Amino acid sequence: MKANTPSERLFNGIIKENPTFVLMLGMCPTLAITTSASNGIGMGLTTMVILAASNLMISLLRNFIPDKVRMPAYIVVVASFVTVVQLLLQGFIPSLYDALGIYIPLIVVNCIILGRAEAYASKNKPIASLFDGIGMGLGFTLSITCIGAVRELIGAGQLFGHQIIPVADAAAGTAGYEPVTIFILAPGAFFVLAFLSAFQNKFRLGAAKKGIDPSNPDCGGSCASCGNTMCKGKRG
Amino acid sequence: MSQMLHVSSNPHVRDKMTTGTIMKMVAAALLPASVFGIYNFGFRALLIIAVSIVSSVFFEWLYDRLMHKKNTVTDFSAVVTGLLLALNMPVSIPLWMPVLGSAFAIIVVKQLFGGLGQNFMNPALAGRCFLMISFAGRMTDFAVSDKFRGVVDAVTGATPLAALKENGFTEGSVPVLNLFLGNTQGTIGETSALAILLGAAILLAFKIIDLKIPLTYIGTFGIFITCYMLFSGMGFDINYLLTHLFGGGLMLGAWFMATDYVTTPITPRGQLVYGCCLGIMTAIFRLFGGSAEGVSYAIIFGNLLVPVIERVTRTPAFGKGGKKA
Repeated sequence: MKANTPSERLFNGIIKENPTFVLMLGMCPTLAITTSASNGIGMGLTTMVILAASNLMISLLRNFIPDKVRMPAYIVVVASFVTVVQLLLQGFIPSLYDALGIYIPLIVVNCIILGRAEAYASKNKPIASLFDGIGMGLGFTLSITCIGAVRELIGAGQLFGHQIIPVADAAAGTAGYEPVTIFILAPGAFFVLAFLSAFQNKFRLGAAKKGIDPSNPDCGGSCASCGNTMCKGKRG
Repeated sequence: MSQMLHVSSNPHVRDKMTTGTIMKMVAAALLPASVFGIYNFGFRALLIIAVSIVSSVFFEWLYDRLMHKKNTVTDFSAVVTGLLLALNMPVSIPLWMPVLGSAFAIIVVKQLFGGLGQNFMNPALAGRCFLMISFAGRMTDFAVSDKFRGVVDAVTGATPLAALKENGFTEGSVPVLNLFLGNTQGTIGETSALAILLGAAILLAFKIIDLKIPLTYIGTFGIFITCYMLFSGMGFDINYLLTHLFGGGLMLGAWFMATDYVTTPITPRGQLVYGCCLGIMTAIFRLFGGSAEGVSYAIIFGNLLVPVIERVTRTPAFGKGGKKA
């Protein structure tokens, strides 16, 4: 795929450099607000809008911002967009605004946004930066929605607020699923994040597990003197 | 050359004791408490112990199998984990809970961190706390079954500590002799201090454990409780102290779980510090915390402090440290 095209940027953000599972950025909202899938979607889309807008703006201003004060300049740009989005959410989706709480203003210092501003938008053209922001935002949304869905399903038997698995009710005497409450508490966020990261590594990096590629080995291909018994490319 | 010169790498002094032997001894030392638990709570206690052990061993085997690792079932540590987990549960829990607890203890706490010797936290206690946080109601549900033969507050079925926390201490409210013998409500293995001490005596006799951690743990805890009594204006009452010593998981925790090799400091001084930390934390959790019991949280929290304790109490190497001339 050609570098810095819109579709390459989207693919890069969602799969190749997924901010949550690959870059391990933005852990604070990832762990804190993923108690349900809908919180994940809400937080992810909010972040995506701000990320795309600030990436575009910073890319447009990249030749005007002096290098020495770039961080304060980025923060001012991001904070303006966060304020806009926060007021819009408060006005139009108050339920989401209440659910996300302090984590909306904290998007200002979200390391995905500052990271993309520093690493990408300040060095690339506006359109590519816009799509980089959208791709990263979608990748973030997808990841935290997955985490939220798993936590919600195991911890409460629900998905997007709908009861998927009937829960046992001791008072009514009905049998059913007993929610593993720890999953919607703080420890559950760490468990789910760790397991989902492990699974995606397993599938994404499946090739890496097979050891050094025999056709192009870093070791120089001298298998006879090599002590790495785990190397699947080992000959003889 | 009539005599061959044998060259080998150290260690040169070896002992016949293996991990498997030690774990078998620990399992054997837990037998009195298990047998008493079964006697106390009936057949269901046996069933829970069996399910817990079998599932622990199964998950150990399964993980080794799936990850293409050497089979570690034969070191018996999974049996001990399963047994300890079962002894930490009330008899009324549904049977799938020990299975879930074992899965968490063996796979997440032990194997994912590298197996026996690498786990940073006691697997059985971590499994118990996992269940405790998830199913608080079930794990503290000491409903009286008709099989139960002990002396108990028949209305609520509360454990001695829960009753103490709920109703406050009244003269003669808790028969201390019953607490010591174990004719009370509680988890399967914690009720009888006598049976636990019997098992601890076996471990001490074979030098599997030494007295440093249990004694500092129980001692610090006793001193803290005594201070609390004196400073809260209650006045010293030996029955209150004994209820705290024998009325909950303290004995089982101090002798069998705080002495786990993997999750305790190696340095002798560190072990003393560790015991004191556990005693203070247990007392604080019990006296000022929300729940009546505090042993499990105190021990797993203590496990997390172990690296720090070891770093502080390490003996300086010869020629290092001390005053500069």
